[in-house]
Amino acid sequence: MIDKVTDVKPVSNSRTRPSGNFIKAVAAVLWKDLTAEFRSRELFSAMLVFSLLIILIFNFALELDIKTRQSVNAGVLWATFAFAGTLGLNRSMAIEKDRGCLDGLLLAPVDRSAIYFGKVLSNLAFMLIVEIIVLPIYSVLYNVNLFLPGLLLVILLGSIGYVGVGTLLAAMSVQTRTRDILLPILLFPVVIPVLLAAVKASSGILAGAELADILLPINLLIAYDVIFIAVAFMVFDSVVEE
Amino acid sequence: MITVKKLVKRFGLKTVLRGVDFEVQPGEFVALLGPNGAGKTTFLRILASLSRPSLGEVLISGYKLPQEAAQVRARLGVVSHLPLLYGDLTAEENLRFYARMYNVPNPELRITEVLEMVGLEARRRDLVRTFSRGMQQRLAIGRAVLHDPDVILFDEPYTGLDQDASSMLDDVLKTVAAQGRTIVMTSHDLARAEDLATRFDILSRGVIAASASLQELSQTNLLAFYRQALAG
Repeated sequence: MIDKVTDVKPVSNSRTRPSGNFIKAVAAVLWKDLTAEFRSRELFSAMLVFSLLIILIFNFALELDIKTRQSVNAGVLWATFAFAGTLGLNRSMAIEKDRGCLDGLLLAPVDRSAIYFGKVLSNLAFMLIVEIIVLPIYSVLYNVNLFLPGLLLVILLGSIGYVGVGTLLAAMSVQTRTRDILLPILLFPVVIPVLLAAVKASSGILAGAELADILLPINLLIAYDVIFIAVAFMVFDSVVEE
Repeated sequence: MITVKKLVKRFGLKTVLRGVDFEVQPGEFVALLGPNGAGKTTFLRILASLSRPSLGEVLISGYKLPQEAAQVRARLGVVSHLPLLYGDLTAEENLRFYARMYNVPNPELRITEVLEMVGLEARRRDLVRTFSRGMQQRLAIGRAVLHDPDVILFDEPYTGLDQDASSMLDDVLKTVAAQGRTIVMTSHDLARAEDLATRFDILSRGVIAASASLQELSQTNLLAFYRQALAG
């Protein structure tokens, strides 16, 4: 039923408060994404089901002995996270584009990098939740203990790098007609350093290597995270503008 | 309130706007009319700071685009044929989200005021995806006025609405206009534009081909004026 339109009180002369808005805007985007996703579970369920399918397929397809299996664990794990992550990044930006909501975000009088950081945090949250569910299932299927503090740190650093650059490229690709296929084509070449460093560090940790042996890939991950998030912060405004 | 001088917009080799001059006084309701492909949406997107002009000058409330886009955005509301709302959030959650983005003072009070204005107070806790197209469009207007903007841009707001929803939207638009806001609306619906607007500008082939106020138009009808502008 359509409700009756009523008169409204005369509008006040109040103006939106201009400063101190950045953190509030980041939090607003994060809150909006989490609330909408926990209600629809559209993006999360797609990422989770896809991840589980990948580790199952690898589990049956490879049919490896225990020793060889240990050597591919890190690679299979990161391939799973990368493919599922792409699915999530694509969907996260498509939701904004389909109903014109991206324009709604861009019309807000906030620094546009606040929108970027809000989207990064929500995408990271979705990816970490999926990873938290995938890890124990992977541990059982591949008979390996993945709950090692060092490995969890590498997964966090790798996910930050992946989501940081992925969110920027998703914002770019979503404005094209071929957005579903364009994102992986753009993303994977750019994200190769983070995936290689993450696989190297993860396999070292799983093989029980000393900290000194895996320090280089971990440092690379940290450097990659900082550089790409800084670059995204600087260029996001240009990327989303026509 | 809005001053546009010699505005040019090019997409690659294609020039969509070819030197538009346009001025709107505070409180005016301007209907921007024109055929498909005339550049109405491109023009409105530039005013909304969603697109950069290739050449020319755009001033809104004294602020220059694109240099002072944030100040312009704080004084601007936009309604397009897309609702710019999240289907998986309720009506009040959508408004709360935009209230945070615009840093609106006393957001809960303002959300209630706006929902009453657009006649959706009773549906405030319903998900927007359960709303009809007309209700979504009314909520979109609520979103656009939430931060109390001086200027509101409407881009084909009647697209896809049935008769009942269109007349409901008429009422909301009249309410918004009566609050003294400056409004620019693009439309293909001449009858509706004639009913609402105080001035009519015809955009054709990338320039303003003709302009007339409601008083000037009283000697002829809008359709004749529109046809004459396009023919000229």
